Amino acid sequence: MANEPVVRVRDVYKAFRRGAEVVEVLMGLNLEIPRGEFLALMGPSGSGKSTLLNLIGGLDRPTRGAIEVGGQRIDRLSDADLSAWRARHVGFVFQMYNLLPVLTAERNVELPLLLTKLPRSERKRRVRIALSLVGLSDRLKHYPRQLSGGQEQRVGIARAIVTDPTLLLCDEPTGDLDRKSGDEVLALLTSLNRDHGKTIIMVTHDPHAAERASRVLHFDKGVLQLDSAA
Amino acid sequence: MKYLPLIWKNIWRKKARAIFTLLSIVMAFALFGLLSAVRAAFSGGVELTGADRLVMVHKVSLIQPLPFSYMGRIRATPGVEAVAHATWFGGYYQKPENFFGQFPVDPENYLSMFPEILLPEDQKRAWLKDREGAVVGRRTAEQLGFKIGDRVPISGSPWRRKDGKEAWEFNVVGIYDGAEKGTDTTAFMFRYDYFDEARARGKGLVGWYTIRVDDPDRAAEIAQAIDANFQNSPAETKTSTEKAFAQGWANQIGNIGAIVEAISAAVFFIILLVAANTMAQSVRERVNEIAVLKTLGFGPFKVLGLVLGEAFFLALVGGVLGLMLAQVLVGGVGKVLERFLPIFYLPSEAVTTGLVIAALVGAIAGIVPGIQSMRLPIAAALRRG
Repeated sequence: MANEPVVRVRDVYKAFRRGAEVVEVLMGLNLEIPRGEFLALMGPSGSGKSTLLNLIGGLDRPTRGAIEVGGQRIDRLSDADLSAWRARHVGFVFQMYNLLPVLTAERNVELPLLLTKLPRSERKRRVRIALSLVGLSDRLKHYPRQLSGGQEQRVGIARAIVTDPTLLLCDEPTGDLDRKSGDEVLALLTSLNRDHGKTIIMVTHDPHAAERASRVLHFDKGVLQLDSAA
Repeated sequence: MKYLPLIWKNIWRKKARAIFTLLSIVMAFALFGLLSAVRAAFSGGVELTGADRLVMVHKVSLIQPLPFSYMGRIRATPGVEAVAHATWFGGYYQKPENFFGQFPVDPENYLSMFPEILLPEDQKRAWLKDREGAVVGRRTAEQLGFKIGDRVPISGSPWRRKDGKEAWEFNVVGIYDGAEKGTDTTAFMFRYDYFDEARARGKGLVGWYTIRVDDPDRAAEIAQAIDANFQNSPAETKTSTEKAFAQGWANQIGNIGAIVEAISAAVFFIILLVAANTMAQSVRERVNEIAVLKTLGFGPFKVLGLVLGEAFFLALVGGVLGLMLAQVLVGGVGKVLERFLPIFYLPSEAVTTGLVIAALVGAIAGIVPGIQSMRLPIAAALRRG
């Protein structure tokens, strides 16, 4: 079913402790994200959008509430199970690319595949497919320092999709790029959503980037303000 | 195996730091190997002693001789299987620097007592035929150029000849090898009957006895029984296991084993601090990268394994290189010292111990940063990055 929710967030609270102070970031959030959606999360800094992304990606746990992804309650998984779940179901794209500087583009993209039982030849084949999808077949042996920002981000996207995950979580993917490179990255994400059916959740400050999404959610002070179709 | 490239790259991310840490580890293990060779040099005799052999010396001192006539009474003691004797000769070849151990012995008894002395059968027969015959260890033969058929004069011995000649002359009839790596192949042995007949004084005396017992578990009891035979005689005896005897001999120089252990422990402790500091720094510098790996699905134990793998690899590579360097150094130093320390080699047990220590250094150095990485909260670490 095309509109079946792949992510269900039910009555989620998240608080952080800063010294003696407890900061409430998310307060009773409810959200459903259908499979195949391209969702943009917008809002001012500290509004809770990245926190929500981390919770959906299993990088953090809610203080209270339930998070279900692909029918599985991820808030109940152990650390080890959550790691294995992330490896299978989620691809992350970061604002600062977060490539390992000591590895080539090819080796960076291969990292998530090291967690599988695939033989070296198959890993290599999949890495090449992922890098060709992002248009970097000619940059396999390049180190991150030898790539432009836009190219680094495209390697980051190849790393995120190489395991064919259910969800693609992007935290400000164009935040560190110039407009041209940003547009290329957005075009790539749009293509992954439209042509390959990937469910994408993207945190952004940039209205121009949010225009690419099929739905935009606005956050303010931990509360969902507006649910608008783009 | 598939994580090795990642581990390798992480080790070398700061080349200067990795090289200096590696060099520290290499030097520590080279020193350990060298010290182990020194220890083996002083206690090698101890390790190679026969469990079934006793040594009997004069109760007052090793340098006091014992009567040859004790031989029969020793042999008659229940539990004694064989007896051989030897005497310190204390000469040199041509000049005092050419010093090596020389011993008048009874060839058949002696060779049967020490099966680790490998002498070809025809050379043994030649020795039994020639009263002035002598057999020499391969090392001394090579060092001084002795060949079978040579006439070798030995001077400077406290045992004077009754014919007044200064030098004792022997025919080299055999060159023996050692059955084990640490067997002493520097000795020069000649016939006691010739020695006893030709010496000016001390006839009928020997330096010490080596006794083989039929049951090593009863060695202490048999030693007591042997000594009881000679109680209240002019030459009372002190019999101990060959191991205790060799250990006592080695201890006269000092407890080399304890000294070596103390130095090694200090060196390894410092190396542990160096390696631990390197690992802690290395992990601290890439908190963000570790968080990224965890984000990609590397579980807590995989992350721990990667950090431990780095420390382990660094220590093991350093350890192996250090022990290889030790092997080279031991060969060089051994050549320089061979006159003073004839048994100078890197014992295989030291190599095994070294490798185990290297693995332990790696594990201990990596465990704290490894656990910190395991526990690293991903979201917070990514925010910091």
